[in-house]
Order: sequence, then C-alpha cells, then structure tokens
Amino acid sequence: MIEHLVIGALLTFLVVIAIGIIVLRDLLAAVVLLGLYSLVAAGAFIVMDAVDVAFTEAAVGAGISTILFLGALSFTSHEQKPRGNDSIVAAVFVVITGALLIYGTLDMPHYGSAASPAQTHPELAVRFIERSAGEVGPPNLVTSVLGSYRGYDTLGETVVVFAAGIAVLSLLGLRRRGSPGNLPPEAPGSAPGLTPVPAPHDPAAETSGAIDPATGPRRYARQRHRVLQVVTKLIVPFVLLFALYVQFHGDYGPGGGFQAGVIFASAFILHGLIFGLQRTRQVMPPSVVRMLMAGGVLIYGGTGAVTMLLGGNLLDYDVLAHDPLHGQHWGLFAIELGVGVTVTGVMISLFYAFASRRSDDREPARDADGSTPTGATTGAGGTPRAGDASTPGA
Amino acid sequence: MSQLVGLYNYWVVIVLMMAGLYILIARYNLVKKMIGLGVFQTSIFYLYITMGKVDGGTAPILLEDAPDTVYSNPLPHVLILTAIVVGVATTAVALALTVRIHEAFGTIEEDEIKAIEAAEPEA
Amino acid sequence: MFDWLVWLVSWALILGGCLFIVAGGIGLVRMPDLFTRLHAASVTDTGGAIVLSLGLIVQAVFVFGSAMAAVKVLLILFFTLFTAPTASHALAKTALLSGQVPVGADGRPVLDSPETAARLARSRPDEDAR
Repeated sequence: MIEHLVIGALLTFLVVIAIGIIVLRDLLAAVVLLGLYSLVAAGAFIVMDAVDVAFTEAAVGAGISTILFLGALSFTSHEQKPRGNDSIVAAVFVVITGALLIYGTLDMPHYGSAASPAQTHPELAVRFIERSAGEVGPPNLVTSVLGSYRGYDTLGETVVVFAAGIAVLSLLGLRRRGSPGNLPPEAPGSAPGLTPVPAPHDPAAETSGAIDPATGPRRYARQRHRVLQVVTKLIVPFVLLFALYVQFHGDYGPGGGFQAGVIFASAFILHGLIFGLQRTRQVMPPSVVRMLMAGGVLIYGGTGAVTMLLGGNLLDYDVLAHDPLHGQHWGLFAIELGVGVTVTGVMISLFYAFASRRSDDREPARDADGSTPTGATTGAGGTPRAGDASTPGA
Repeated sequence: MSQLVGLYNYWVVIVLMMAGLYILIARYNLVKKMIGLGVFQTSIFYLYITMGKVDGGTAPILLEDAPDTVYSNPLPHVLILTAIVVGVATTAVALALTVRIHEAFGTIEEDEIKAIEAAEPEA
Repeated sequence: MFDWLVWLVSWALILGGCLFIVAGGIGLVRMPDLFTRLHAASVTDTGGAIVLSLGLIVQAVFVFGSAMAAVKVLLILFFTLFTAPTASHALAKTALLSGQVPVGADGRPVLDSPETAARLARSRPDEDAR
C-alpha cells in the first residue's frame, strides 16, 4: 500500500516535470529538468526492484546526458525562438495516439501480477531464477543474464557504443594542441601550472572580473576556483576507486561494466571541467582514450574468438576453464572488463570532442551569392560559459 | 477500480510517452527535440520495468540464506540496461550533428534551416 | 522496550530529516533572490542529509543488524557533505561573476561598490541602467 503511494507520488513528479519541459522556452532549464526527470525515474526504478537499471539510469541519464547537452548548448543559443500558437494538429495527433494506446493497455496484466506471461514463461524468468546459480554462478541475476544468457545482445550493445564514439569523433574531431583557437601555447619546456609567475598577486585583477593578460588565464583560474580545485583533487581518487569497486563487484550486487565505465569517465570529466582540458589531456591523452575505445570491443570479441578456438561456440564460456562454473566466471570477468573499458573510452572521448570544439570553428563560407549567413551566428557562441549564464529570472 | 490501480502505471507511461512525442514533433528547436526524445525513451524504460515487477518480490540478486524469496523478473532489467546505453549513444551522435548543423547554418531552429536550404542555389 | 526506543529514535530522526528537506523545498520556492534560494536549498543537502542518514544508521544497526550497511550510509553522508556545499559554492560564485547581485530587504539590488554596479550593468546589456 505504501509502495503504491510512493510510486504514485513519483509518477506524478514525472508527469509534472514532463509538462514543465514542454512549456519551458529556456533550453538550459529544460536540460536541467531532463536530468531531474532521469533521477526521479531512477528512484522509481528502485522502488520497483530494478536496482541495476536505476544505477545505470542515474549515472547515464542524470550524469553523462546532462554533460553532453550542456556541451552542445554551449555552442548554440540558450533559448528556443518564440513561436505563435502551438501546433493544434500535433496536440490532436498526440491525444488520439495516447487514447489508442490506453485502449490497448486494457488487456495488459495488472501491475505486479505474478501470473503474467512474462513471469511464468518456463524458459525465461523461471529458468533464470531457478537455474542461474547452477549454470552461471553469480548471485546478481542481471549480470548473469546480461553476460551469459544474453551475451550476444551485450556484444552488440558494446559495438553500438563504440560506433557512437567513432561517429562523434568523425563529426567533431579532436583538436591537436597548438592549432588556432586553442589556449595560448605554453613556453617550450615548462609544464603548465609550474610556469613562474612574474607579477605579484594583483588585487585589482581579482575584483574587476577581467582576465589579467600579464599573468595569464591559468593563474587566474587557480586563484578564482581554489575551492573547486581542492575539492576535486580530494574527490577524484574516491570516484575512481568506486568505479573499480562497481566494476568488479557487479557479480554480487548492483553494478557491472556500464555503470563502472560511466563513473570512471565522469572522474576525468570532472577533472576536465575544473582544471581545464589541457591538463586533463595530459593526464589521459586522446590517443590512450582511442585505444581504450577499441580495446574494450577487442577484449569482448576476443573472448568470443577464444571460446571458438577452444572448441565451443561463440561466447560459450563453459570451455574457458576446467569446469563450466569457473569458465563462466572467467568469461563474465573478461566481458565486463571489455564493456567497462569501451564505455570509459567512449564517454571520455565524447567529452573531449564536445569540449575541444572551439566556437570559432566554422565551415568555410558558402558561395559569394551570399545565400548562407554562416558568419552571423547567434550571440552565445564564443563567450565563456561562466560569464554567459542567461538568467531566466531565477 | 481495481483496473485503475492495476493499470495506473501503464497509463502514466503513456502520458509521459505522449508528452515526449509532442515535444518531438511540435517543437522546432533541434536540442528541444532531443530532450523530448530523452523523455520518450525514459518512459519506455519505465514501461518495461513495470512489467517485470512482481508483488512482494525483491531485487533479482540471489540471497543465500532465504531460498523461498520471490524475485522480480531480471530479463526486462537486462533489456533496459542495453536500451539506456544505446539511448545515450544515440543522444551523443544527435548532439554532435546539432553542433555541426549550427556551425553550418548558424541556427538550430528547423524552419530557419529549411528556409536557408531552400534559398541557396542548387549546388 | 529497547526495540520500541530504537523505533522511536530512528523514526524521529528520519522524519526530522524529511522536515528539513521539505523546508528546503519551500524556501526554494518562496525566497526572492538567487542567493537566498541557494541558501535555503543547501539546508536539504546538509541538515536533511545528516539527520536522515543518522536515522538510517540507527535502523541499519539495530533493526537490520547490518553494520556494513551503516558504514556505507556513513560513507555516502561523508561524500555528500563534501560535494553538495561545493556545488552551492560553484553556483553562487558563477552567479556573482556573471553579474547577479544580491537583492536587499527592500527588493532592490545591493550595489555596494562601483565594481558591482559595473558588473550588473555589463550582465544586462539590454536593460537601461538603474
């Protein structure tokens, strides 16, 4: 009874948030609401016993998605153009479709019923719950189904993530250091952050809010964001440790390769947001990230190839060790590692791709007929994010 | 009445789905469309997870010392895990395309893009 | 007797934490200005989180008998206390740098120095300088 109330409350939140997203014109606020939507959905998933899914939804939906949207928004305007009336045709279409779908749900099994076909099919849920411990091993049924019973799906999913990483790289690319539009190149032989600063601490520069050209943007950033930098330095090791814990503990509790990869990448993204992209590129060079992207898929596919070479079918882990349970254990370990490595690589390279795209990267102007106003961009591109907060009356 | 209680979850999912669909088709801003797609996707995840829940069940992690526990169905969880990750991959590619479109056309409003494309001479 | 006491204490703490969170939510809506709203919302993450976590720890140790869960809740609380105030700080700092000026008790922006007035004017180029 209490559970139904909690679910009802969470669902009402979701509907209110969705209506808010429809109505809002400010894109930044809509993105924040989308992150909130994912978080409330993750809470609802937990109440419905889907702990792995809630973990992934919170990490991916409320974390990475928000970063990607903000990255895209930093190059485009922050507000929708105002329209006249909203489209009536679309509203009518949506209402009719919704009514038809509701009519279609009248035959569906009630929420929580144990007699529905999904729960009673002998080869699916019943087999997984009853025989997974003997056939595959790990207590976490989701990991055993994900890795072993539905291993092909997960291979396909890993390849999809890899393909998305490649697609974004080919669209946005990675900037090399020293190319035009990048931060001013460091003096040769000096590591960033250790450059001796000749001028003493200048109080006028602190209060006027302008970047003092004498001392450069790095010292300015270090002075102004000291709290953020200290806390980030304290938090990042724990985030990495937690990511490793989630990766290897996925057999016994909620966790696994995807969540671990996302959390691992988010540590580097945090570092990049606070310390600047150049420092993060030195910690985790783009070439290493590209190797991670491909390496994970290689590990996963390689496990399949190894099982075939050892005489079994593709991804048949039983042949990997002296007895099937140990083989399954090693197989799951290997593929979760592959998944985690690929997801880490892809998420970090997505961040690099979005963050290193300078707003002065323009396509060459179109024909001199003057048909395309490529030069006339909307005003928000090019200004640093901190100074460009369009405050919607907050 | 029992139908209302039993089917309430599905109906809310449909409302959320339609909200996401409305954003997708009735708004012209490309980033807003992607946000609507995200709302749509998450409501679909909710639909599957709802179907996997069993009354009195618990999370599908086997407990050693309680052999008679009822577990919720792990299969929808696996499917939705895949769907979430594929969803974020799609979102990333779509946003990268949006950034490039903005660089090429100077705007991300769909009708303005169409006007620019219609106005330029056939290449 | 002891069970009853544990139940009372833990539920008092949990409900107290919920009260803090609701207060933070109400403050978020009712406050006039970004900075006061931020201050109200930070009650959620500090007061609410601490009291709620204490209630959960009491329940974990005495009702469920799992010290491991209590340690995990303690760690979560520790990390929340590290990151949530930092997020508030980042938000407030960004707002200040981008020209948001705190609103005084009379409803008008508090312009206590020429730099503040200059920043406010710079951040709203389309409004007439007040």
